[in-house]
Amino acid sequence: MNEITITIDGRAIKTQEGEYILNAARANGIFIPAICYLTRCSPTLACRICLVEADGKQVYACNAKAKQGMDITTTTPNILAERRAIMEVYDVNHPLECGVCDQSGECELQNYTLEVGVDSQTYSIKDTHKPAQNWGLLHYDPALCIMCERCITVCKDMIGDAALSTVARGSDAIEATFKESMPKDAYAMWNKLNKSLIAPNGGDTLDCTNCGECSSVCPVGALVSSDYQYTSNAWEHKQIPATCAHCSAGCQISYDIKHTSIANTEPKIYRVKNEWNYVSLCGAGRYGFDFENRDVRKDAVAFEKALDAFKKADTIKFTSTITNEEAMILQKLKEKLGLRLVNNEALAFKNFLIGYSTISGKSLYGGDLKMVHAADFVVSIGSALKTDNPNARFAMNNALSMNKGAGLYFHPINDPVIEGMSKNITQINHAPMMEEAALYLMLDLFGDKAAMPSSITEYLSTFHSTKTVTVEESVDEKVTETVTKKVLNEETGVEEEVSEEVTKTIKKKVSKEVEVDENALFALLNAPAGFADTLSKYLAKKETFALMVGPDLYTHPNAANCARLVALIEKYTAFSVTMIPNLSNTLGVAMICDLDAECGSYTIGYNTDGNFTLSALGNGDLDMPALNQQEGTLSSIDKQVNPTNAALPYNGYVLNDIANALGLNAKHTIAYTAQLPLGAGFKAIEFDALPNHYTNAGEEVRGYVLDIQDVATNGDESVSAFDATKAINDKVLYLANPVLQFSPFTARAHQLQSKGGLYASASAMEASGWSEGDRVNVKTAHGDVTVTVIKDGKIEGDITYLPTFDTDINSEALFDGYRFTSVSIQKV
Amino acid sequence: MHHEEVFTDRNVSESSAYYYVDIENYPTTGWDKFKQVVKRTFSGELFVGLWVVLREMIKFDIHTVQYPLEKLPIGPRYRAVHKLLRLWESGYERCIGCGLCEKICISDCIRMDTRIDENSRKEVTEYSINLGRCIFCGYCAEVCPELAIVHGQRYENASEQRAHFVIKDDMLTPLDMLKAGEQAEYPGFGAIIPGSDASVKKTPLAY
Repeated sequence: MNEITITIDGRAIKTQEGEYILNAARANGIFIPAICYLTRCSPTLACRICLVEADGKQVYACNAKAKQGMDITTTTPNILAERRAIMEVYDVNHPLECGVCDQSGECELQNYTLEVGVDSQTYSIKDTHKPAQNWGLLHYDPALCIMCERCITVCKDMIGDAALSTVARGSDAIEATFKESMPKDAYAMWNKLNKSLIAPNGGDTLDCTNCGECSSVCPVGALVSSDYQYTSNAWEHKQIPATCAHCSAGCQISYDIKHTSIANTEPKIYRVKNEWNYVSLCGAGRYGFDFENRDVRKDAVAFEKALDAFKKADTIKFTSTITNEEAMILQKLKEKLGLRLVNNEALAFKNFLIGYSTISGKSLYGGDLKMVHAADFVVSIGSALKTDNPNARFAMNNALSMNKGAGLYFHPINDPVIEGMSKNITQINHAPMMEEAALYLMLDLFGDKAAMPSSITEYLSTFHSTKTVTVEESVDEKVTETVTKKVLNEETGVEEEVSEEVTKTIKKKVSKEVEVDENALFALLNAPAGFADTLSKYLAKKETFALMVGPDLYTHPNAANCARLVALIEKYTAFSVTMIPNLSNTLGVAMICDLDAECGSYTIGYNTDGNFTLSALGNGDLDMPALNQQEGTLSSIDKQVNPTNAALPYNGYVLNDIANALGLNAKHTIAYTAQLPLGAGFKAIEFDALPNHYTNAGEEVRGYVLDIQDVATNGDESVSAFDATKAINDKVLYLANPVLQFSPFTARAHQLQSKGGLYASASAMEASGWSEGDRVNVKTAHGDVTVTVIKDGKIEGDITYLPTFDTDINSEALFDGYRFTSVSIQKV
Repeated sequence: MHHEEVFTDRNVSESSAYYYVDIENYPTTGWDKFKQVVKRTFSGELFVGLWVVLREMIKFDIHTVQYPLEKLPIGPRYRAVHKLLRLWESGYERCIGCGLCEKICISDCIRMDTRIDENSRKEVTEYSINLGRCIFCGYCAEVCPELAIVHGQRYENASEQRAHFVIKDDMLTPLDMLKAGEQAEYPGFGAIIPGSDASVKKTPLAY
C-alpha cells in the first residue's frame, strides 16, 4: 500500500492508495454524511447520501477509492439537492416526533434530517401495514426500518451468519411523475427502499448465533433488544466504559446503567453497547451483562473465617475470570505465604507458551486478530472457533468475505456456521489427537523447505508418494465436414443444393496417465476428496496468511510438541500465529502467576470449589465482586492489557481486603496495575492513565500492548513425530460450551439463563434415537454423569459435547485434561 | 378604566390594552414638600378610611375570602401541582412514556418507570414528581407532546416532610371523574396556541 495525497474541500490529506474516500475523510475529521456504510464491511450503496464530486465526477464516497492527486468536493448544489431529496424520502411515512422509539434521539434518521435541513415534505406514497415481529432476543419493527441494510451487511461480512435478507414490501409503485421531477439518485434510492423489507432467511424465526450485532448497527429503532424495549430512554443512561468479561477477545463495551426503578434507586445495567464500526460483539457479551454478585454486605464473620482459612491453606485454586490485578495479588500472596496457585487451564496455556518460546525465542505469539482481519488466507487449528472466541470467528469471516480470502478449519466437529462463512473454506474434520498431523501439514504445505531443519523435511517427505492416475481431459479437435445446403438462387428464384466444407471444433474426452504427488497427510486428516485441487485454487493470488490455534492444543497430551510445531510454523511459513486463550484472562494469569500443577491438602477456591470458597457467583463462603463490579485490567487475545471499570456498586469485601489483612498493603486493587511484572511484558502505567477508546480512523487506543520478551533458545528445533494410532475413532465427547455461554457468569445473566446438558447435533440424536429432554448417562474412563440431551442446531456429525458453564454438571471431571475423550452414552 | 385580560392573546402589541397609571409628580421644592405633609396630615383621610371600615362592618358585606373554605379563582396559566390527563373518548392515559418531561426537568425531579405491555405498547407503570425539588417552571407541561402532563390549580404544598412526592395515582384523572366530564383541559404552557395551524407546513399524503 502506498501513501498518497488527496484533496478534500481544499484540504490536502494523506491516505493509503485504494482506501475509500469516505474512510479517508473520516480519519481526517472531514464530515461526509453516510447511512448505509459500515467500516470493515462492503459498501451497500443503499442510501446514496455519501455522494461527493471527485475530479468533477459524482461518485459515492463509500465505494470510490482514493487515487493520487484526487480532488474531492463534498458539497455541490446538485449534491445538496440529492441529499435533501434522499432525506425527504426517508421521512416519507416516518414521522420524526418519535415518542416511544427506543433509539430515543440516538437516531441517524433524525440527525441527518436536521443536518440536511429538511423542513417540508414533497413526496408521498401510501403506507403499507407492517406489523412488528418478535425474533426472540430481538424485536423488529418494519414501520421504523429505513432499509439501509446495515443489519444484512454486518451479518454477512462481519458475523458470518448471513441470517438476514430482503423480502418484498408489497407497496404501491411510486408515482410516475416523481421520476421526472426528483433528483436521480434520490429516486433510485427510493425505488429500492420501496421494494423491500428485512426478514430472517427462511421464515419467521431467526436462525443464527444470536450476536445481536444487527440491532447494534441499526441507525433507527427498527431492531432492538426485546429485553430492553420500552424500558428506558438512551439519554438516561450513564455509560461505563469496560472490557467484556466473558472471553479472551476482550471487546470494548459500555455498560449502560440507570436506577432500577422509582422505588429502587440501586443502579442496574440495562444494556451493553459497542463501537460497532470497530468492534463486533457476540451474544454473550451483548446479553450476558447482569452477572453481578447482588446484595452483598460486608460480612465480618465470613471475612474472619476467610482469614483463618488463608492461614490454614496451602493452595489457592482459581479460574481465569479475574483481573490482572487480582492475579497479581494471588501471586504476591503465594510469595508471602508460600501458597500453591492452581489453575490448570492457565497452566496448560502457560506451558504451551513456554514450549513455543523454546523455538521461537519470543515470550508471546506474533499475531493478533487485527492481522487475521487483514489476511486473505486464514487457518484455524484446534479450536471450536465460534464458541471459544466468537471474535476470532468474526475476524476469519471478515477476512474471507472482504479480502476475497480462503480458509481452512481443522477441527473434529463439523460446524455449519464455519461452512456458511464462504464457499472458499474447507473444514477438515480430523479425528481427535490428530492435531499434530494438521500442524505438520501446515509445515508441509507452506513451510520453506530449504530453511527448515532437514529432519523435518525428511519426515514430511515420508508422507509423499508419486502415484500414476488416469485423468480424463477434454481436448479440442478440429473436424472438417461437408455439408449440403439449400440456397435460393436469386436470379432464377429456384432453390439449389450446394456443397460446402465446414470446419468445426468439438470437445473430445481423452484419457491420460499422469504422475501426481500424493500427500498421505490428507487422508490421515480425513481431508475431503479433491482437497489438493481445492487448495491450489484457494491459494491463487494470496498474500497475507494468518493461523489461529486454539485450546485443543494446550491440553493435548503432546502439547509441548504441538507448541514447538506452532513455533516452527511461525518461523518457516508466511503465517502470523495467534493463540486463542481459553478464558477471559487466561493470558494475564499465565503471564503473572507462577502456577502449580497439584493442589495441597487445604484449598481455597476462588470462583471454583475449595475447602473454603471465595465466589463472585454468590454461592461461596465469602462473596467476591464479579467482573462488572470491579475495576482493573484484562489481557486479551491481542496481547493487549485493557482497562475495565466497575459498572455496579459492590459493598462487600474484595480480594485486596484479604490481602491487606494478610500483610500486603494497597489502598485499592488498582494500585497493582502499575506493579504488574515488567519481565512478562507489562508496563508500569497507573490504571487511571490507561486510555480506552477508538479514534475516527478506527485505531484502537485501549490500554497497552504487552511487550514481547526475547527468550534464550538452544537452537534445537527437533520435533517428535505424531502417532496416528492414538487417534480417537470411537464415540467422542468434547468439552465446550454452546453458543451464548462461556462460564457460570454468562449463565447467571437473566437473558441467557439456561441449564446445561449433553449437546448433540440433529443427526447424532436421530442416529442414537434420542429426543430433546431425554436423560442420558455419559460415561468416560474418569467417571460418569447423568444429564439431559439438548439439540444443538449449530453443529453436525456424531461428536457430542458437555458444557462448563453449568456448575451442576462437573464435566471437567470426565476428562483427562484433553478436551476430547472416548465416551459411552446410555439412555436412562 | 376597566380592563379584562384576554388570555388567548398573549402578544404585547400596540393594539393590546396596556395603559399607564396616572401618578402625580413628586414635589421638588421645600415649600411644596411642606405643603404636601400638612395636606396629608390634616386632610382627615384617616377618618375617611375608618368610616369605610365601619360602614362595611355594619352592612355585613364582607369581602374577605374565607380561605381555606373558600378559594379565589386562579388564572388558567397558573402553574400549580401537576395532573396527568386521560383521552376524552377512550379513557386511556394520554402519557405515552416518551420521557421528555423527565429529560427537560431542570430540577431533575421527575422519574418514570416504563415497560412493554401486553399490547406491545409502551406503558408507564409508575410516575413520580418530587415536589420538594420542583420549581413549577412548567417545562414538563410545555414539552409534553400529548398534553398529558399539565399544571393543575392545587397550590397548597404544605407537607410534613420537605420532600413530598406525587405519584401517578395522585395525578391521573380518575375514570369516574372523566366520565362525569370533570377533567379540565389546560390552556397554559404547552396547549395549542390559537391559530397555530396557519404556521405549519402540511405534509402531503397519498390518500
